[in-house]
Amino acid sequence: MSARTLPLLFLNLGGEMLYILDQRLRAQSIPGEKARKDEWTDVDRKRVMNDIITTMFNKKFMEELFKPQELYSKKALRTVYDRLAHASIMRLNQASMDKLYDLMTMAFKYQVLLCPRPKDILLVTFNHLDAIKDFICDSPGILNQVDETFRQLIEVSIFLKDKVQNSNGRFVLPTSGPVPWGTEVPGLIRMFNRNGDEVKRAEFTTGGNYVTPQREGSFELYGDRVLKLGTNMYSVSRPAETHTSGSSKTLASSTKENIVPNPLAKEELNFLARLLGGLEIKKPGGSETGFRLNLFTTDEEEEYA
Amino acid sequence: MYRRDGSVALRGSSAPLYNNLSVLRPPHKPAACLGTVHGHAVTVVTAGGDAAGSAQRQLQPRAGGGASLVTQAAWCVLPARILLVLTCQKGIEMYESDGSIMVYWHALDVTEHPPGKSAAGTQSGAPWEHKLCLPEGSLQQANVSSAWRPPSTSSSHPCAGMSSGMVLVFDIPHKGTNITVSEVLKEHHDPITDIAAELGQAPDGAGDLVTADDAGTLCVWGSAEDFALLTRIPGFGWTCSSVKLWNGLIAAGYGSGQIRLYEAGTGALRAEVSAHARWIYALDLAPATGQLLSGAEDSFVHVWKICRNPDTDDVEMEHCHAECVTDTQICGARFCDPDGNSFAVTGYDLSEIFRYSRV
Repeated sequence: MSARTLPLLFLNLGGEMLYILDQRLRAQSIPGEKARKDEWTDVDRKRVMNDIITTMFNKKFMEELFKPQELYSKKALRTVYDRLAHASIMRLNQASMDKLYDLMTMAFKYQVLLCPRPKDILLVTFNHLDAIKDFICDSPGILNQVDETFRQLIEVSIFLKDKVQNSNGRFVLPTSGPVPWGTEVPGLIRMFNRNGDEVKRAEFTTGGNYVTPQREGSFELYGDRVLKLGTNMYSVSRPAETHTSGSSKTLASSTKENIVPNPLAKEELNFLARLLGGLEIKKPGGSETGFRLNLFTTDEEEEYA
Repeated sequence: MYRRDGSVALRGSSAPLYNNLSVLRPPHKPAACLGTVHGHAVTVVTAGGDAAGSAQRQLQPRAGGGASLVTQAAWCVLPARILLVLTCQKGIEMYESDGSIMVYWHALDVTEHPPGKSAAGTQSGAPWEHKLCLPEGSLQQANVSSAWRPPSTSSSHPCAGMSSGMVLVFDIPHKGTNITVSEVLKEHHDPITDIAAELGQAPDGAGDLVTADDAGTLCVWGSAEDFALLTRIPGFGWTCSSVKLWNGLIAAGYGSGQIRLYEAGTGALRAEVSAHARWIYALDLAPATGQLLSGAEDSFVHVWKICRNPDTDDVEMEHCHAECVTDTQICGARFCDPDGNSFAVTGYDLSEIFRYSRV
C-alpha cells in the first residue's frame, strides 16, 4: 500500500462529509427572521461549514497528513471524522454519526472502484476540493488554506490503487461510455511478423458499447476535471435515500473485523489526539446555544427502538 | 459458446487483487479445488460435481503471530507433490495441498533482504518493524516442471515475487520440510505482479519463466542450470497485471485493457489486442488448445485462441467468446481443464464463484 494514500483518503471522505452535511443543513434550515433560538438558520449552516473546513485544512494538520505514512486504522480514521464533525456548534448523536460515516465511505468506495485509471483518483479529489472551495467562496482566508493543499496535491503525483474493502452492496458498472484516457476502445486485434511489421488485422464484437474519450481531465488548480466522480451527488434535488441501516447490518455480518488488537492503534489515536487536540474546538457556551442536529429522520425511531 | 452452469457460494467474497482465483488441476484429472483470497483468509473450495457436493474451508496464515493480510494463494503442482502456497504481509507459507499441514514458513523481514532463513524460522521484532515493511508478496506457480509436462524434468522451483521487485526461488524436496531459498532474482525494480512458467513446450533458447511487474516490465528467464535472464521486455506506461507463457509465446494483460503477445526468445511483439475497456485483472491459458482467458474490471470475460502456424511461423489470434458478468469487477478467472472447456470467475464483492462450460 502506498505511503501517500492517507491525504487522498482524508480529503475525499471529508469532501463527502461536507456534501452530506450541507444538504442536511439546508433541508433543515429555517429563514433567519422566523427562527427560534434553537432552530437552524442559513447563518448557522455557513458557520458550521466554515468551521469544519477551517479545521480540516489546518496548516499543521495538513503538513502531518502529507508526510509519507501508513494509513490510519479504521477506528482511528473514524475518530478523526467524529472530531471534525464536532469542530463547530453542531452536535450529532451516535446514530447520525454512524449514518454519516456509512454514506461517506460508501460514496468514496464507489468513486475509487469506478475510477477509470489510478491517476483519476486525483481528479476525484480535485472535484471534492473544487466543491469545498465553492462552500467557502466568501472567506478568502480559508480559501487560501484549501488552495495550499491543492498545490501540494498537484506536486505529489500519486499512483494509487486503493484496496479498501467494505462490502456494503454492489455498484452498477456501465458497459458503455468513454474508455479511460490513453486507452483504446476494445474490438481490434493486430498481428505482427518477426520484423515487427503489421501483417493482419481482425475485429471482434465485445458486447460493450464504448467510445474514445474526448479529452483528459485537468490536473491544474482550475479546470474542467471531465470526470464526474467526486462531484456533489446531493446537490441535485432527488429523494434522499438516507436509510442505510439495512446496509450497515449486512456489513456487520459479512465483513470480518480484525479482532486481533493492533498495538499501533493506541499510538495512532494518541497521535491524532495530539494533532486535533491542538486545534480549537468550539464549545457552545455563554450566550450561544449548542445545536443538536438529527441528520436523518430515522434517528428518533432508532433511538427509541 | 459457453454457458454459466452453476456457482459456488462463498462465505466471504474475493478481494480486489490480481489473479485472485487459483484452480488446482492435478495431472490428467479434472479440477479438484478452487481458492480465492479475502482479507486475512483463503477460502478453499473442493470442486465436487455439483454445488451441493462441495466442501469449503477457510485457511488463515498464523505464522509470525497474529493475523496477516493474504495477498495470493496458489497450488504448485510438482513432480512428486502438490503444495498450497500462500503469500501474506508477514511471509510465505507452504501447506500440503489440502491446507491441513504447514510444511514451510518463510518470514519476510523489514529490509526484505534475501533472508535464506531456515524452515520455521520466525522473525522476532517489534510490531512497528512489521508494519513498516508491508512486503506484498505476489506469487504464482512457477514450477518449471508443471502439470502439463512429463514429470521427468528434474527440477521444480516455485517462485514468489515481492513488492521490492525481488523474486525468491525455492527448492522443494520430493518430500519432507527441508525447503530452501535457492536463488533470489533481482532484475525488477517495481513490485512483482505475476509469474508464469512455460505451460507447453519451450522452443530452444526461449526461456521457461516470465516475471511481470507493476511498471509493465517483463523478464524472461531460462532455468536450465541456474536462473539466467534471457530477455527484458520494457513496459509502455501500464501495469502488467497478469502473464502466461505457452510454447515460447508470452501473453501479457495490462492496465490499459490491452493483451499483448511477445516472442519469449527475442521479445518481439507478435500481436496487440484492444481487449478490455478497463484494467485487466486475470489471464489464463489452456495448454492443450492454446485458448486464452481474460477478465477485467469492465465486467467482461473473453476467451481467445492463439496458434502458431508451423509453416509460416505466423502467430494468429482470434476472439472466441465474450461473457458479461453484470456489475462485477472481475478479479480472478481460470480455466478448469487443460482443454479450456470450462472456466471459473471471481469478482470483487461477489460472494460466489461462477462456473461456465462450453455448450
